[in-house]
Formats: sequence, C-alpha cells, structure tokens
Amino acid sequence: MGNDQAEAARQFIESIPHCRALGIRVDDIGAGVAELSMPYDPKLIGDPKSGVIHGGAVSALMDTCGGAAVISHPAGAAGTATLDLRIDYMRAATPGQRISARAECYHVTRSVAFVRATALDEDRDKPVATATGAFTVDRTREGGA
Amino acid sequence: MSRPAPEPVQTIKQRRDAALSALVQGVPYIRFLGIAFERRGDELTALLPFDDALIGNPELPALHGGVTAAFLEVTAIIGLSWAMIWDDLESGALDPLSLTPDTLPRLPKTIDFTVDYLRAGLPRDAYARARVNRSGRRYASVHVEGWQDKRARLFAQATGHFLMPQRDG
Repeated sequence: MGNDQAEAARQFIESIPHCRALGIRVDDIGAGVAELSMPYDPKLIGDPKSGVIHGGAVSALMDTCGGAAVISHPAGAAGTATLDLRIDYMRAATPGQRISARAECYHVTRSVAFVRATALDEDRDKPVATATGAFTVDRTREGGA
Repeated sequence: MSRPAPEPVQTIKQRRDAALSALVQGVPYIRFLGIAFERRGDELTALLPFDDALIGNPELPALHGGVTAAFLEVTAIIGLSWAMIWDDLESGALDPLSLTPDTLPRLPKTIDFTVDYLRAGLPRDAYARARVNRSGRRYASVHVEGWQDKRARLFAQATGHFLMPQRDG
C-alpha cells in the first residue's frame, strides 16, 4: 500500500459516521496491518461504579480495525463486511486511558479474509482484549469497514 | 378461608419498571447508542432506534458491525442482570424504590463474546432479545438474537460468557 493509498484508507475510515462518533483515529495502516485508537470518553462508560469503558465500544474499535486491515491487504479487497468476530476480554481497560488496537489480516482467500487483533491501553504488556474474525472480500467497490 | 389480596397491578408495574429503569439508566454507553428496553412481564426486548451516527458503511448504507456487536452485548448484559435480580425484586428482598445506579448489584463482566453476522444491518430500527442458557454462581452463558423487520429473519446473533458479580451471603 503506497502512501497515497494509505492516506485514502485513513480518510475513508475516519469519515465513517460511527467511527467519528467514537473518535476513532487511524495511527498506521498498510500491507494487511492496521493500528487504530480511540480516546477515553465518559459517554462510553459501561460500568458506572468503576468508570470502565463498555466492552461494546472496544468491540466497535476491534471490528473497525479488522476491516481496515482487510482493505489494506495487498490482495486488494474493494470492500469488506464482518462475517464473524469473537472477542476475549482479558481485563478492564484503565479509565482515562486511550485504547489502541492492532489488527493483522494473516490470510486471504478469494472470498474470505482471516484477522487477529489485540487491544491495549497505556500498559503495553497486558492486552485489554484479543479478537479473531472472518471478513468478506468484496471484489466490487462497496466500501465498508 | 382468607388469602392475601393480590397486589394491585400498578404496584407490580411500578416496581418492575423502576428496577429496569435503574438498571438501564445507570450505564452511559446505553444512552450513547440510544438503546431502550421494553418489558412484558419478565421478558425484555431491546430497541435500537436508527441514527446516522450508527452507520459503518455509508455507501450501502449499513449499520456498523461494531454497533451490532455492542447492541447485542448490551442486550445480553441487561438481560442477564435482569434475570439475576428478578427473584429478589419479586420477593421483596430488593426494594426497587431504593434502587439507584449506586445501590444496584454490580453488572456481570463479559469474558468472551462471539457475533455471527448473518446479513447487513439496514438503516432502520433493530431489536434484540437475550436468552440465558446457563446462569451459575460464577459463570453464565447467554445467547442473543437480533432482527429488524421480520422476527424470524435474524440479521445477527451472538453468544457470550459472563463472570457473575459476587453477591452477599
């Protein structure tokens, strides 16, 4: 993925309405690997007693990150949609900290892309969550993440 | 022969609606997505009214896969919590008038959640119902079905495992 292509992918992902609502930013993208992050925001709290972000918001970040990895893969998917996504929650994300996700599209067939992803906060050694997913490989331009 | 008079229907409704409201209103993320819950007896249906901010694919357009996952996960957690407090609520052990987000039992924690995307989420309202398949002292397994127009035509389903909050006694 060239610089222009990566820039186009970044703009495309950051313009998705729900990604804007979550404040998702593309930190790095190319060759089937994407790194996205999301700021801590009190409106995303899932446990009011601890202030921990809801798992659903982490899922949305991981899903977007997985889709971004698929469209950046050299196999050249024009668009993608999630077929299935499994998320394992290792620990609560620390309140107040930015959550970042890294997804790798590790295998692509004619129609399916396989993805692994990890979510972290400022503690880079202990993952907040990991995910595995299968995504469609759309050959005609439909967009999507 | 005398038996206690049945509870007035309004008392029952007030108690159940107050408890459900305390459960749902306490979570900012549920408000962020705009999710509401409708109740018939102990059966809950989650409602996700369509909003442009829920779009993940502007060209189709379609709901964001992350929104679908989050909607089903919220439905599972509230459904599980509701089943968890129901008996105490009905027996009087839990006083609904004293229930605030601060005094409610802790919510279950998601261990894992697997979403099966069956078709694109259309730009319109979505609904979901959770079924608690197993609820033990420590772990629970919950299945959720999501649909839009036809109840039998699911657009997504999910299964999750949850760690139950430790309760007194």
